[in-house]
Order: sequence, then structure tokens, then C-alpha cells
Amino acid sequence: MTISAPPIPVIETEAEQAPAKRSRFWAWVILIITALYFLVPLGATFYWSLRAEADKLGFEAYRRLFADSNFWPSFTESVINAIAAIFLSLLIIVPTAYWVTLRLPKLRPVVEFITLLPFVIPAVVLVFALLRLYGRPPLLLTATYDSSRVLLVCAYTALSFPYMFRSVDNGLRAMDVRSLTEAAQSLGAGWPTILRRVIFPNLRVALLSGALLTFAIVIGELTIALFLAQQTFGPYMANLTRSKVYEPSAMAIVAFALTWAAMGTIALITRPGKRG
Amino acid sequence: MTGFLSLENVRKEFNGVVAVESFNLEVEPGEFVSFLGPSGCGKTTTLRMVAGFEPPTSGTIRLAGEDVTYAKANERNIGMVFQSYALFPNMTVADNIAFGLRVRKEEGAARGERVAELLDLIHLPDKAKAYPNELSGGQQQRVALARALAIRPQLLLLDEPLSALDAKIRDDLRAEIRRIQRQLNITTIYVTHDQEEALALSDRVVVMSKGQIEQVGEPFEIYNNPATGFVASFVGQLNRLPVTVVDPALGRVRVGRSEIRTTSLIESPAGAEVSLMMRPEEVTLDAEEENVLEGTVESVTFLGSIVRVQVAVDGGRLTADLFNERLLVLPVAGDATQLSFPSHACWVMV
Repeated sequence: MTISAPPIPVIETEAEQAPAKRSRFWAWVILIITALYFLVPLGATFYWSLRAEADKLGFEAYRRLFADSNFWPSFTESVINAIAAIFLSLLIIVPTAYWVTLRLPKLRPVVEFITLLPFVIPAVVLVFALLRLYGRPPLLLTATYDSSRVLLVCAYTALSFPYMFRSVDNGLRAMDVRSLTEAAQSLGAGWPTILRRVIFPNLRVALLSGALLTFAIVIGELTIALFLAQQTFGPYMANLTRSKVYEPSAMAIVAFALTWAAMGTIALITRPGKRG
Repeated sequence: MTGFLSLENVRKEFNGVVAVESFNLEVEPGEFVSFLGPSGCGKTTTLRMVAGFEPPTSGTIRLAGEDVTYAKANERNIGMVFQSYALFPNMTVADNIAFGLRVRKEEGAARGERVAELLDLIHLPDKAKAYPNELSGGQQQRVALARALAIRPQLLLLDEPLSALDAKIRDDLRAEIRRIQRQLNITTIYVTHDQEEALALSDRVVVMSKGQIEQVGEPFEIYNNPATGFVASFVGQLNRLPVTVVDPALGRVRVGRSEIRTTSLIESPAGAEVSLMMRPEEVTLDAEEENVLEGTVESVTFLGSIVRVQVAVDGGRLTADLFNERLLVLPVAGDATQLSFPSHACWVMV
């Protein structure tokens, strides 16, 4: 016969409660300091952006910014470039990371190293390499504005690899890729169906974080865009900072809000529970 | 005659290491066959070769007369249930079950009917809209079973489907799997390392060790007439006592000062050192049977319906499993006792 003892009620003494209270206090202190670190510059920038008119706070800097004929075209161009780079990056990284996880785990360090190269190679070196390789015949991708833009998107795709690979790889490690793949295979699915219906939807969060980072980098990227003579948001912002006083702050706040709005939209579209 | 599923001389090597060797098996339509063995014995590898996830190094696999040895997994029409459930987390229960039907482009209404039919079969009709993470382990495995059955597979493969579940749920689901298999009369291969599971579920059990088949037989036969020492020791509890052959013709062996008789065939000559085997449930704590040994109780373990008594005897240790009953008088460690067992209950192995 087994005899089970009744559970002993746990009573916390004051001495035991004290460390818990202390750790909560320090958690709040750290949270407040971190929040101030981010919010004070943002608040200061916002405050500065409201001072365009003499002796009163207002949105004059924002009005001037939106009225600028170069603002929307450059921003739209950067958004399109970012979306294209994200799409291309997903197309390359997801199948690669999936295949490495499933069939070639020994190759992971090699792939990881390759995807880290954009961290090692400065943007200016990358853009000169691109110009040397693609700026001469037979490819001559720098011949027109549009072909240079293709080159720019390809460069942004490469820049996104470290963020995208890490996000996707973490997402894949968090699920039982092999069993899910085999389950889908046994039910008759081929590779395209498995990727589209099983892998991509279950990587939603990982893809979103990879996309967010790519978007954030691409939207304000200056060096490559400048050397490829592209009229994107990065060069526009740099130009504005040189020539205006209050508009750059207004633009920083707008860019911040638009980036988060775009990400919010993506999060809404790919919210959990939606079938892939 | 060739069976519904036929494996002929199947062999699998991984980087020169043999995982499965000389595997020959015929499975009849509607039969429930279990692959039983310890970890690393090759049972899952064999199952994966049948499923199409691993190509054999050599040999032939036929399903319904068709050579499927190197056919792709998604072209075999084989349903598979995994130990980890492998339900698609982004899909509801209904969508999981309908996945294979969607891939086959089955029409919407027919698909819905099939899903409802399977939800009834697994007794989860109200869980159609639930997501896998909202279900218990047992419920998830039922859904995985329904998903595998939805495509009306020719063959159902189950890879240790109950290993991740609690004991009570395991017992319930075990009965459920057998009920569904019988109801649908689907040919089934079941991989397990749990001998109780294999014996309870199967029409036939394939006992494997080190990549090879040790014995194929019905559960009763496997348990009562093990072909090898490995089968005898792996399936069920077993007493193994070192003895010396006295008279092989009369089935007499000696352990310490006592002589024991067995009705089983002794192939070793007189004087040979062999092992005497018997199941603990055949041994009683009295002198009523033909073979009697004196000993001292070492330990008494209460296991619910059974009381396991270990007794040190001359030359070794024997275990007796006694059925628990209210009037049973339990010995205590240190008691002198007598053990006995009938001559037909023991056999000799080299």
C-alpha cells in the first residue's frame, strides 16, 4: 500500500518575501532606465520638431516636410526596395535554412559564415565590388536608373542575410522540422506544398522579425544608394539634414511612426491562428 | 506466397554501419504486426524504409504486389503516425485531418464528410476547430491517427505512438488503436520497445536485435516459446539459473545440491554448463511442484496485482511473481523458504 502525505501549506515568512521585493524593485529600476534611454531622445526630437514656428509649438515642420516634392517619392521607393529585398531574401534563405536543418546539418557553420559576411564587409567595399563586377560589360547593370535599382535590391538582399538567416534558423530549430516534413510527405505533399503550407506558416514570427530588421536597415540605407545614384529615403534624409533645421526631426518621427505602422500591418496580416 | 507487404533481404547501412540486415517479412492484409526491440535495434529504420523516408541499401519492398523500394514517400499512399504527433501547429484539427485530402484535391463537401467521419471515429467531434496546442497529448495523437487514416492508406505505420503519453492515457489509446484497426481492417505496422504494448496489440510480433530479426510469431508463441535467449530475456521477466547437465535424455540438470527435471529438449551433453530458464509467474513459494529448491528471501516488492519475491538459491537468484490476494501471507527478507516449479515450465539454453 502506498500512503500519500497531505500537501504541506507553504507559508512565506517576511524574511523570504524581502528578496522577491528587492528583485522586483531593481527590475523596475532597469525598466525605467531603459525606457528613458529610448524615450528621452525620441521625446526631445519630437519636441524639437514642434518648434519650427517662432514662439509657439506646432506642426509646421511636418507640413513643410509633407509638402516637399521629394519626400513621398523617395520614401515610396525605399519601401518598395525593402519589400523586394525582403521577398528575395525569404526566397533564398528559407529553402536554404530548411534544407540545411533537414538534410545538411553539418553545413550549418559554413552557411552561417557566408550569411555573416555582410557584417564583415563594409558597405562601401561591397558597393565598389558591385560596381566593378556589374558596372561593366557584358552585364552593365549600372547603365540605367532601373537596372541600378535592381543591383541595389540585390545588395540589400545580401545585407539582410545575417538577420534573416538567424531569425529563420531559430524558427526552424523551435519546431520539429523533420517530423512535420515527413508527416506532410506521408500525406502526399511534395516540396513546394510542404514549404508553402507547413514550413512558411509556422515560421511566421521568425519571418516577421527578419523582415522587420531588413526593413529597418533598408529604409534608411545611405552608402550603397548614394554610390548607385538612387533617389531613395537615405540620401533624401542626408540631404535634408544638411539643408534644414526642424524638418529632419519631423522626418525622424514620421519615419519611426511609418516603420512601426508597416510592421503592425504585417503582424496583423500574419497574426497567429490564421491558417497558412 | 507473397504478402500484402513484403520485405525481401532488406539491408540498410549508414556510413558503413549496418542498421538492418537480412530482413525478410511477409505481412498479410488486415494484419497488425509489431516491431519490438531495444533502442538501436533497427525497428524504426525498417519502418522508415517502408514509409519511404530512407532508401534501403539493398533488398526489395513490395506493397500490394508493387515494388515500392525506391518510390517517393509522397507517392506510396502510406499513413504514418509519429511519436511526436507531428501535427501542423498552424492548422486546426479539421485542417490537419483534411491536409492529405486537400493535397489529393478531394472536393470540398466530400472532404468535410470524411473529416467529420474521422472525428467521430476518434471520439473528438467537438474539437474540429481547436488548434493542436489546445489539445492534450492523447487527443493530439488521436488526431494524428485520424489524419493518417483520412487518405485511406493501403498501410498504416505507427512509430512508438504512445511513448510520450502518461500510463493511463497510453492504456486507453492502446485499446483505441486496436479498435480502430480492427474496425477498418487496415494493415498496420507498429514500432515499439514496450513488450506489453506489442503483446497486447499485435496479431504477430517481430522481435529484433542488432538489426536482425530474432523471432517472428504470435504474442503467445513469442512469450511462451522464445526462440533465442534474447527473445526470452527481452519479452517478459525471466529467471536464468546456471546449471550443469546431468542426463540430457531424461532432462535432468543440477543446481547446487538439488536436481531439476525439465521436459524441454536438452541438446548439450552431460557435464555441460548451461542456463535454466523459467518465467517468474511459474515459480511458487511452496513445495507443491515437481522441482523444489531451498532458498532465503532477499526482497519482497509489492506491485499491485503482483508481489515479486526474490530468493537467493544455491548457485543463483530466482524471482517468483505471486498473484496478490487478500489471504496471501507475504514472506519477509531473511525468511528461509522453498521454491517450486513444474518440469514443463523450465527450459535449457546454452
